Amino acid sequence: MLNDICSLIRPLGLMLLVTALSACSNLGVKPWERDILAKQEMNLISAPLEAALDDHIYFSKEASSGGRSFGGGGCGCN
Amino acid sequence: MQLTDKSTQKKSFKKIAPSLAAASCALVAGSGLLMTENALAGESSSPGAWDFEVATLLYTESDDRVQAVEPIFSATRNFEDGEKLNFKLTFDTLTGASPNGATPSDQVQTFTRPSGNDSYDVRASDSPLDDTFRDTRGSLAVNWSAPIDREWEYSTGGYFSKEYDYLSLGFNGGLTRYFNQKNTTLNMGISLANDMIDPVGGTPVALSEMAHQSSGNFSNEFAASRSSDDSKTVFDVLVGVTQVIDKDSLFQVNYGASMSNGYLTDPFKMLSVIDDNASGTNFGGNATDANGNNIYLYEARPDSRLKHTLFFQYKRYVNDGDVLDASYRFLTDDWGINSHTLDFKYRFAMGSSYLEPHVRYYMQNEADFYKRFVNASDYNSGTPNFSEASADERLSEMSATTLGLKYGHALANGHEFSIRGEYYMQTHDGESGYGKLASQDLYPGSDAMMLQFTYSF
Repeated sequence: MLNDICSLIRPLGLMLLVTALSACSNLGVKPWERDILAKQEMNLISAPLEAALDDHIYFSKEASSGGRSFGGGGCGCN
Repeated sequence: MQLTDKSTQKKSFKKIAPSLAAASCALVAGSGLLMTENALAGESSSPGAWDFEVATLLYTESDDRVQAVEPIFSATRNFEDGEKLNFKLTFDTLTGASPNGATPSDQVQTFTRPSGNDSYDVRASDSPLDDTFRDTRGSLAVNWSAPIDREWEYSTGGYFSKEYDYLSLGFNGGLTRYFNQKNTTLNMGISLANDMIDPVGGTPVALSEMAHQSSGNFSNEFAASRSSDDSKTVFDVLVGVTQVIDKDSLFQVNYGASMSNGYLTDPFKMLSVIDDNASGTNFGGNATDANGNNIYLYEARPDSRLKHTLFFQYKRYVNDGDVLDASYRFLTDDWGINSHTLDFKYRFAMGSSYLEPHVRYYMQNEADFYKRFVNASDYNSGTPNFSEASADERLSEMSATTLGLKYGHALANGHEFSIRGEYYMQTHDGESGYGKLASQDLYPGSDAMMLQFTYSF
């Protein structure tokens, strides 16, 4: 089973890495241009408790979970 | 001028590191449900300080279904060298009624409670809801993240979650690698969870008949429909790339795989067996056993599930303080479920306050083994010609829309509070009933309202 997952992850991980290193290398900013990106509201998860509560609700109401972060179990609600 | 640039550069560098760390931490920390970490972001956290955040969610479903109160408390300690320690404590209390999976009927229906200790009636044409749904959950999550050197970071964490009949333990670990002057971040994380379920009365035997209390042989029949406690393991892998596009925007792409093994069935759900003899007088009515009692079967799901997710998120700073946040998730699994989730938030800056409307749209198709009901001919007098079946509405064809609005305000002392209201509307679809069942509403929608208060200090 673990091998199955690993064999799936490996090429995808590599692909993401290559994408990151090549195509994205033209993107980005200099270190002194990061004041806006450093703001709390620019975090990918800017309201962590809200995201946690939402994930819990949707986990208990729908067949999908995870994506943004892990989507495992932890609750008898589904 | 040169000096100024250098000092700005140094300051900005210091500021972005926690922000990127927060992004990576969020990715790897969310073991189990949602320990999406952080409180950390750039400007608010300073070394040696604690950041606290408290929130309470009030959740209420339409038609006297589930009501929940969920307080949640997060404390993050920021250390001198960039290490972070986060504790998160969550409680929730649930009461109300939950669909038991059976179809509505033109007759009153009587169901044995999952514990076997009592029974409840459902009026003709009403959606069968088990009204004894109540639970209290407490959970504690601890996460630690720290830089290894200028390019690498690691994180690790664990959680414990306990309900009356459910126990979950989980561990997670992650690595973050920065590239291109920290404009590109690669995140890798794994999580392992073990859940144990021990419902009162035991877990039902898959596809066994629900015992009726009116039957002369109830205790033996109930015992025959029950086995003991059960467990499952969930193993998650998540790999993601976060890329800064320009000084105002960034995006993230994640791939996740989640493998569950063990008891994945819902012990409180069942299916109605429906008379499909088109020439009989009970066509579309509940099939009955030798004692004249309706036949209901406990559901049976596969004992493994492999889910894959692809997640994209884009964030952009616009118009002097507004923030656009858009994300999309695709999920596919070996139960036959494909789902799409679109999420859109726009934060309007208004001085020290903000207003943030939110729209979310979700759609999924039904699981391969989803059945709204079982035909009597397929049930085959107790020798079913299928091995898996569930009428759980969460595995049906579904779409859902959430509309929300949040108001936040930063106080002069640096604390912040926010209030958020959300309205969730869910609709289901699937196979139609026949005969007597055709006039019943097999796919009633459900709505839910959420109200959340948050205070950060």
